[in-house]
This record gives sequence, C-alpha cells and structure tokens, in this order.
Amino acid sequence: MIRHHLILRVVTKLLIGPIMLFALYVQFHGDYSPGGGFQAGVIMAVAFIIYGVVFGLATVQQVLPPWLVHKLLALGVIIYAGTGFASLFLGYAYLDYGAFSPAHPEHGQHWGILAVELGVGITVTGVMVAVYYAFAARTPMLSDEDW
Amino acid sequence: MTAEFDLPFILGHVNYWLFIVLMMTGLYIVVAKGNLVKKIVGLNIFQTAVFMLYISVGKVSGGTAPIFPTDMNVDPNVVYSNPLPHVLILTAIVVGIATTSLGLALIVRIREQFGTIEEEGIYQIERDMAAEEYRLHSELMSERR
Amino acid sequence: MATEVLPHTAMTLHDHLPMLQILVPFFAAPLIVFLGSRRLAWPVAFAASVISLVISWMLLMQVIDGGVITYHIGGWEPPLGIEYRIDAANAFVLFLVSAVSVVVLPFAKTSVADEVAARDHTLFYAAYLLCFSGLMGVAITGDAFNVFVFLEISSLSTYVLIASGAARDKRALTAAYDYLIMGTIGATFFVIGIGFLYMATGTLNMADLADRIGTQGGNRTVEAGFAFILVGVGLKLAFYPMHLWLPNAYTFAPSAISAFLAATATKVAVYVLLRFTFTVFSPAFQFEVLTLQFVIMPFALLAMFAASFVAVFQSDFKRMLAYSSIAQIGYMLLGICLLTETGLTAAIVHLFNHGITKAALFMAVGAYVLRNKDTFYNDICGMGRKMPWTSAAVVISGLSLIGVPGTAGFVSKWVLVQGALEKGWWPIATLVVASSLLAVVYVWRVIEVLYLQPARSDSTATEVPMSMLVPIWIAAIACIWFGIDTDTTLTAARSAAAGLLGTAGQ
Repeated sequence: MIRHHLILRVVTKLLIGPIMLFALYVQFHGDYSPGGGFQAGVIMAVAFIIYGVVFGLATVQQVLPPWLVHKLLALGVIIYAGTGFASLFLGYAYLDYGAFSPAHPEHGQHWGILAVELGVGITVTGVMVAVYYAFAARTPMLSDEDW
Repeated sequence: MTAEFDLPFILGHVNYWLFIVLMMTGLYIVVAKGNLVKKIVGLNIFQTAVFMLYISVGKVSGGTAPIFPTDMNVDPNVVYSNPLPHVLILTAIVVGIATTSLGLALIVRIREQFGTIEEEGIYQIERDMAAEEYRLHSELMSERR
Repeated sequence: MATEVLPHTAMTLHDHLPMLQILVPFFAAPLIVFLGSRRLAWPVAFAASVISLVISWMLLMQVIDGGVITYHIGGWEPPLGIEYRIDAANAFVLFLVSAVSVVVLPFAKTSVADEVAARDHTLFYAAYLLCFSGLMGVAITGDAFNVFVFLEISSLSTYVLIASGAARDKRALTAAYDYLIMGTIGATFFVIGIGFLYMATGTLNMADLADRIGTQGGNRTVEAGFAFILVGVGLKLAFYPMHLWLPNAYTFAPSAISAFLAATATKVAVYVLLRFTFTVFSPAFQFEVLTLQFVIMPFALLAMFAASFVAVFQSDFKRMLAYSSIAQIGYMLLGICLLTETGLTAAIVHLFNHGITKAALFMAVGAYVLRNKDTFYNDICGMGRKMPWTSAAVVISGLSLIGVPGTAGFVSKWVLVQGALEKGWWPIATLVVASSLLAVVYVWRVIEVLYLQPARSDSTATEVPMSMLVPIWIAAIACIWFGIDTDTTLTAARSAAAGLLGTAGQ
C-alpha cells in the first residue's frame, strides 16, 4: 500500500465527514430544492472513493466490504419498488403516493418521495462504489469469492 | 424554409448546428477509431450531443428554473423553462453511465483475455481462432468421407 | 393527481395486473442479489417467470377481442403521466416472452451450470430477470420515452448475459462489446427520433402522439423523427444491413441465453417497429409508405436470401441458426411492408412461430454443447443415434424453420404468401417460397450430419437429462401444435393486426 503525503491524508480525513453530511443534506432536501437521490448517492460514494484512493482499497473495503455494497445496491431498488408495492396494496395505483396519507395527498407525496429518493440514493451509492471497486480491484489480489 | 441564405435562421438554430457537429464527431470516432476505449469516448460524445439537443429544446426564452417557490405561491407572470426534457435526460444520463461503465468493464476483460485493446489486434486473434476451427473442422470432416 | 381530496375507489389486484406484469420480475432481480444465495437464485427467477406467464395469459384473455387495458403509473393521467397500455398486439408479445422464459429457465438450470462459472450464477439470474422485465416493459408501455428506458434495461443486461459466455470462449467478450456499441448507437438514434417527435408535438404518450401527428400531418421534423426511430429500432432488431452484431452475439452467448434472446429480443424490437409504424405514425402518412416499400422491403427480401445463403455455408450449428434468424426477420419485415391486415397478421404470427421454433433449436444446441463442448458439424455428427430425443426435436423444429406443412413455420409463411398475393405482388410470393428452399438446404445439412454420418470414435455423448429434454420437447411440440391448431395464434394475430391498423370492430 502506498502511503500518501501527510497533508493529503489529514485533509481527506477532515473532508470525509462534511462530504457525507452534505450528501445527507442533498438527499433529504431533494424533494423541494435541487438535489435528490442521484446527486446525494454520488456525493456519498465520493466519500468512500476518496478514502479508498488515499488510504488504499483494502482499508476502504474494511469499512464497506464488497458483499455489503452488493446488498446495498439491491436494497435501494427494493425500497423503491417496495414503496410502489405499498401503495399498490393500499388500493392505489403503483407509486401513487396519495396512498400514504389519503386525507392529505400532499403529505403522502412528501413521504412517498422521501422513501423513493432514499432507495435511489442507496442504490446510486452502491453502484458508484461497486464500479470503483470493480475497476480498482481488477488485479490478481481480487478474490472473486467476495462477490 | 427557404433555400437561399438566411442568416437569422442559421443563427436562431445554433443549438441544432452544435448538436449535429457534436453528434457527427462522436459517431465518427466510434466508426473510425480502432482503440476500444476511444470508441467508448466517441459513444459518450454522441450521447452527450443528444442530451444537449433535448435540454436546449426545453429552454423557454426568458424562462427561469422550474423550481417551486418555498412559500408555495406561484406567480403566474413568471415564465418557467420546460422541466420535462431535463427529467428525461436525467434518465438518459444514467443509462449513459451504465453503458460506459459496462463498456469499460468489458474492455478490462478483453485486455486480460486478448492482451490488446486495439481492434486490429483483436480481429487478428479472432481470425486466427476461426481459421484454426475451420481447419480442424474440414480435416475431420474430410477424414470421415 | 388532483389537489383536492377526491373519493378514492380502491383498486383491486385485478386492476394491478399490468403493473404486476413488469413489477414481479423486476422486483425479483434485486431480490436475488440481496439474498445472495446461489441455491435460491434459480427458484426465484423461475417463480417470477411463472407468475408473469399467468398474468400475461390473463391479460391476453381480456384484450383478445379488441379491448384495451390502461394503467396509470402513480395515478397521473396520461398524457402527463406514464401509461401502460395493453391491446391484443402487445398482450400477444407479452405472452410469447413470458412463455419462452418459463420454458427456457428449466433448461437453463443445467445448461448454465455447465457454461457459466458457479460464482456468477446469482448475478447471472439477476441479469436474466432484468433482461426479461425490460423486454416485457418495452412491450407493455404506452409512453415513447419509456420504451427507450426499458429497451436499455433489457439491452444492458443482454450485454452482460452475452459476455458471461466468456467462460467457454473468450470471443463472447468482443461479441458483447460490439453489440454494446451497435446497441447503444441504435438506442441513441431512437432517442433522437423521440426527441424530434417531442419537438414537433410536445407529447410523449403514444396515443397522444398519434393523435397530434394525425391532425397536424407530417412535416420535416416528424419525418426525420421517423427515420431516426426506424434506424434505431433496425439496429436492435438486426434488420439486414445492420445485423452485424447478431451472429457473434448468438454464437458466443451461453446457449440458454441464445435461446431466450433469439426467441424474444428481436421479436420485441419487431413489435416496437410495429407499434411506431402503425400506432404512432399512421400508414396514411405518405412518407412512411414510401420508406417501407422502397427502402425496407428490398432489404427485407435481401435479408431472406443473403442471410440464408450465408447460413448454408456455416460449419457451426449455432452460428448457422444465428444467420437463419436474420433471414427470418426479413419475413417479418416483409409482412409489415405489405401494409395490409393479412401482411401484418403474417408478421405477428411469424414473430410467435419463429420464436418457439428458434427456442427449440437453440435449446437443442445447448444440449449438444453440454455433451460435445462445441456444435461444429464435426462435433455433433452421428448424434442422431447417440442423442435420439434431442436430434428428433431438431428435426421437427428444423421442419418448422423451413415451413413444411403441418408445422408452425408453414402457417406464417402461408399467410405471408397470401398477403403478397392479395396485393397482387406475386413475384414477392415467389421469392418467399424460393428463399424457403435455401432453408431446406441449411436444415438438411444439419440433419445429414446428425443422422447420416458416423459419430466420432472418441465421442462419449449420451442423451441429456430430463430437465433439458422436457423444455426442448415442449418447444418442439409447440411447433407442431401451432401448425395444426392454427386458430389460436391466427385469431390473436388477426385481432392484433386489426388493432394496430385501427380497423378493429369493422
């Protein structure tokens, strides 16, 4: 493992927290301001990727092992589709968020979009990290059994 | 549309000209370059051209960003740009990313298996494999007659 | 959705069928990845396919007399929201795709275990389900842009599935790469076309598009859109001069995937072409008639001959079938170019009949691969005795491929010839028959190799297990069944054709 310059390591450690916080901000304010799952997911993934770039793939894979990434990217889609399923079982059309609060469709929309965006965010984080792992780990050290 | 030279028409459609130039650049790279990575880059330029086409179509002159004001009071005098093409292109961008990463992943595998990412070299190897198969095949088939 | 609270009538599960049709396989895909278990991957995939088949059958029964089912996603009314719209044409395609999936999957279990590395199985079945739901989505949606999204879902997973054949032959990787480049160019052309239509009409809903193009008539933007869509879909369906990705992709993909794709992917692309040429644009649109008759038809005829001719000289069974697929797509396009109800019926019936025929043949190829590692004629010679059941199925479906009376292939070619004669185009009818003679040659070569040549002395091939034989025979018997009981397919196809031409109820 290459040890990068001290300043790089310190600055990275300082940045990772704010990056994640900003990702969450973009995530949860996405319903009434620019942002949302796609952007938040990418920003969240950046936190992991920068950690991997500076501290090495092995270190970041201790934090976020490849099998967990696979579960995450599946989980996000399941949350998205599950939100639809929920509205479907409540007797509304697929992804009709009105189902979650029949008295106030606006509130239902608010909750619905939060759940869906959460799913998108998780999947995008998972996909971006998985793409990074797939390319960075393409060396003989890759143990395919991790998949 | 008149056939003669019409400057306002040409300038007024500048986004379409740029779209055509970008699209053709991308398509040309895909067709003409032998390097697999460059082909993917060309494909990206080609797709980006389409994104530009859609987004420029969604622009309404004098229109602002189509975001709901926080106090929920929409001023009917404010002109908004058309958000629909943007949403469509968001989807198309995601598709583009998926295509690019899949293409690059395939290139990594091709590099490992063939030892080259130049089209010429790969075709040479494939031709050799096919010729070998054909030779084996005709030998065995003629033996049996 | 309305802002004031409206009394809401709860939708029943029955109302949700169009959504569940897509949702079940689509939901099962991440579920497989989430469970991450190799043992559970196949059962989940199979269960999802069976549920899809049941749903598609229920939908087909509802719309077969010319009815239309619509489903508004998120409760948004079209043309604002995305609408799923099912009439006889797409219910028929949905049924074909899910039926093929249910037949191919049991076969795939053994075949994939042999041809794909064990650690990839969970992701393989997840990609398979995504491909399946993508194809179903293309068929079901009534929104032009949504077609693109589903087309890309299915295409991207198809590239992965084809590349997974790399465990057997590394050329699968380059085949997948070539397909990726071609497929993406095709999809992007398709998006440009939709963009032009959106510019001209300001809507993406197909019914609405048809309406607005109908009232405002054709202009240059709409014509350009039509041309781009035609080329884009043409790339996807391996329409003759744009077919170059297909032979390698089908040859090097795992056999189960070749069987599934040959029977469904190009067929769904043909459906998209049908939907755009007949629902979105109407044949009354002069530009379209000219394009179809003077550009597409010559190429369709050329495909029938050129691809069949190339197929004759192949020495690999699987590659031969790939070229024959290109030729058969020519028949479907020819049926479309006739622009009559009979022609369309021929195209739709051939889409179904060729689907089951090719599924049977490619599955038989998979059986030979399991026992002989390869399907070159020198590998499979003498298999008529060593693998009698598989080879018998090859003979039956081979006859259907030629179009011998009593098989499914005959029905569609008969209707096609009828359609050509109806228009008085007897040279075309002659050409259809003549090109079938080429099919006799390439099918005979396989039968000769299987039955009239001695097996290799070192061959240890035995009959494949039941789990593979049963699917092969289901498809082979279907080839005969739909050759004798022509009523079911023809009724559905006529109703679909009438719906597309807008002559239903006349």
